[in-house]
Amino acid sequence: MGSTSIEGASSADRWYRIITTACALSIPLLLGFIALQVFVGAWPAFEKFGLSFLTGSTWDVGAGEFGAAPMIYGTVVSSVLALVLATPLALGVAIFLSEFAPPWLRQPVAFLVDLLAAIPSVVYGLWGIFVLLPVLREDVMPFLATTLGLGNTPLFSGPAYGNSMLAASVILAIMILPYISAVAREVLMAVPRAQREAALALGATRWEMIRDAVVPYARSGIIGGIILGLGRALGETMAVTMLIGNRAELSASLFAPGYTLASVIANEFAEASTEFHTAALMACGAVLLVVTLMVNMIARWLVGRVAREGR
Amino acid sequence: MATTSRPTGQQRAFAERTGRSLGRRRVTNAVMLGIMYVAAFAATLPLVFILVHLAREGASSLDLAFFTRMPKPVGETGGGMANAITGTLILIAIAAAIGLPIGIGAGLHLAEQRGTRLANAVRFLSDVLNGLPSIVMGIFAWQVLVRPIGHFSALAGGIALGVMMIPLVTRTTEEMIRLVPTSLREAALALGYARWRTSLSIVLRTALPGIVTGALVAVARIAGETAPLIFTAFGNQFWSTALDQPMAALPLQIYSYATSPFDDWHRLAWAGALVLIALVLIISLVARFATRSRFTAGHD
Amino acid sequence: MTSLIMPPAPPVAPPPADAPESASVAPAVRVAVRQLDAYYGANRTVRGVSLDFLDAQVTAIIGPSGCGKSTLLRCLNRMHETIIGARTEGEVMLDGDDIYARGVNPIEVRRRIGMVFQRPTPFPTMSIRDNVAAGFQSLGRRAPDRRTIDEIVEKSLVQAALWNEVKDRLRESATGLSGGQQQRLCIARALATSPRVLLLDEPTASLDPISTQKVEELLYELRGSVTVVIVTHNMQQAARVSDRTAFMLMGDLVEVSPTRKLFTAPEDSRTEAYITGRFG
Ligand SMILES: Nc1ncnc2c1ncn2[C@@H]1O[C@H](COP(=O)(O)OP(=O)(O)OP(=O)(O)O)[C@@H](O)[C@H]1O
Ligand SMILES: [Mg+2]
Repeated sequence: MGSTSIEGASSADRWYRIITTACALSIPLLLGFIALQVFVGAWPAFEKFGLSFLTGSTWDVGAGEFGAAPMIYGTVVSSVLALVLATPLALGVAIFLSEFAPPWLRQPVAFLVDLLAAIPSVVYGLWGIFVLLPVLREDVMPFLATTLGLGNTPLFSGPAYGNSMLAASVILAIMILPYISAVAREVLMAVPRAQREAALALGATRWEMIRDAVVPYARSGIIGGIILGLGRALGETMAVTMLIGNRAELSASLFAPGYTLASVIANEFAEASTEFHTAALMACGAVLLVVTLMVNMIARWLVGRVAREGR
Repeated sequence: MATTSRPTGQQRAFAERTGRSLGRRRVTNAVMLGIMYVAAFAATLPLVFILVHLAREGASSLDLAFFTRMPKPVGETGGGMANAITGTLILIAIAAAIGLPIGIGAGLHLAEQRGTRLANAVRFLSDVLNGLPSIVMGIFAWQVLVRPIGHFSALAGGIALGVMMIPLVTRTTEEMIRLVPTSLREAALALGYARWRTSLSIVLRTALPGIVTGALVAVARIAGETAPLIFTAFGNQFWSTALDQPMAALPLQIYSYATSPFDDWHRLAWAGALVLIALVLIISLVARFATRSRFTAGHD
Repeated sequence: MTSLIMPPAPPVAPPPADAPESASVAPAVRVAVRQLDAYYGANRTVRGVSLDFLDAQVTAIIGPSGCGKSTLLRCLNRMHETIIGARTEGEVMLDGDDIYARGVNPIEVRRRIGMVFQRPTPFPTMSIRDNVAAGFQSLGRRAPDRRTIDEIVEKSLVQAALWNEVKDRLRESATGLSGGQQQRLCIARALATSPRVLLLDEPTASLDPISTQKVEELLYELRGSVTVVIVTHNMQQAARVSDRTAFMLMGDLVEVSPTRKLFTAPEDSRTEAYITGRFG
């Protein structure tokens, strides 16, 4: 490096350089500042409750007792379930669009899936309340519990209110599908032609080519896309808040209402009246921040690896 | 384009397969193809459901009053969301005033200082910032701008949205500027243009259509954000354009009406959602159109 | 070897072509390069080059790919240093002033020296007229008024043999021109600010034969008023358009002589090997 740029001789150029560099620097600084502020706000809660903030299962505002285990549990379960529901579909769409779709169908389908990502979270919530919940309550839940006879297993037991972990997971699945499929599609398209042609030349059918030549090549990128989707699901707030039932209880049943880190903040923050309540909610935000930061970094690293190899 | 294929595992897989009958492999192929079609169909289904339902419910409660009137108290029918629509536009303007200059500046830096350690770190961290949950942005803005001042304000909400815009604008700006050939930059420098003038009046201007598209996409994304506003802009039942006071916003209004127990408000929530979606979709479509005309314009 | 299109190469070359070049008296030295080294990082791609470019003459630089022709050319108007990690050592005198001296503003240097690249580089957001006038845009208050600029635009386009083709569409986008027209537009753009020196880096490499011929004719016209330095891969072209030719090899300047002499009786055996096609 060591570029002794004589270019900077003019002061306007120096200012240009300083300003654009400052803009670029503002990104890491903002990220650091955000993390710092959230932790500063959360500090009273961490100080008072220590590790039991993460492990305690009682969230009682009146008694001033704050254990976030139900929220952490709810966040993880709803996100993972959403991932389980969304991934096969998203990969199906991605493979369809990158390998199978006739050209006239490719554009419109890709556009519709992209539009799915453009719909605001609160609109998903609205639709969830008035369309999804009744369907879950009256059709899906009875079907799972009675018709399939799963009602005795802990996962599907209890009354079917509608507002539930299941409802949150379904809406999350719909919301993260376009993210996963967009990344997967990009990664699949980056697979070199030679890789495909080599497989076809060996006498593989289209499907065999995809399974044995294309997908393995793109694997880490696809996993990155799925983890990116996980990051979205973990932090998704409005639709979940409107559908999950907002109750801080640990329950194995997907039919039972739950809470997530994001939804407890959305639901209680504006009304929090004690210092510890506010701090506890900010602590939930801090936990969410750390988890999503890690998840995103892993995902970016995986996706970046495929892009680098593909070149 | 040096591609390293991985023949060993692959060839083994094909060798095994030759043992199987061709017919069965054909059937598998056809079945998987069918499954892909079904997946694509199923994935677009929710969108169709949502849009159809939204159009039906929203259109029936949408009228002129919705755009011109203020919300009515519980019990009274009618009323509109004039304040919320105005509020959303104001919040978008604040966010754009923050997100666009910083994002474009950072994008210029990333494109021009390609390969430096700072640029690589900033690029990575801007992706990370982009992945931060919007609710975290909300509590950050509250902690910094609401708590010390003592009351909710539109400015805090707009700033939270603006911060969310920065990484989006940064990355599209960088990508669009990279599409501008280096030779153009060199030609300007060789003519005696200063570096800043080369960057702004030649490179940035050439990339402008693409950057506008990126900016529109970013605006469309933040326009519907609710979580960062709940405890910053907070919402307001009255007409207010003061930036240091709580301000109504379309997504906030939809949220509070949707979770209320009143049918009348539910209808207004649907109408609000229709307006919000229309806003977002129009912006997205304009963006898409802008990109397309950019690529055709270059060729004739 | 000499062209059918052009008269034999050096019509203005001094008769005693065999005399050592330092003894040439008539034309003044416009650009003098002294012990110039150019680096990309630690890579020294131009090695101790000393060379004079004479006023109102066309000098061609030839040599195999990668020998440092473009790099040398880019050192003459301080474009080399715009690449990250690139730097130079040594002196380049423009009319007796070292352009690498302390306090010299590279922008001023580049304004006085025009440059044309291998690929046409019209600014796509500007009209044909604004492209030609682009060199004035950065002058701010020092720029001539609109009328004067319009006159200069016309004069430059005429000079670049493009005026007749574009005079009715000056307001249209420059991207609508053909490749050859775009390249002549770039030459007009470089000429508009009346530079003392014009640098051309393989200006016809991406052009068809007819456009190439037009550009060569144009260079021939320019001889006598501007100092022209042209890098070319095409030895016939060098023979056709230049008064003097410099041959470079792996960063070294091997030989510089009047063009006819270099192509008929080169002093260095490496030059002879190259022009007879034994390597490169
Ligand atoms: N931007 C750069 N960064 C690093 N090295 C470079 C760069 N540009 C050129 N080089 C190296 O410098 C040497 C000389 O390059 P230069 O472009 O001057 O050659 P040239 O004689 O113009 O070749 P050509 O006839 O192919 O244009 C080459 O070995 C090349 O690899
Ligand atoms: Mg070259």
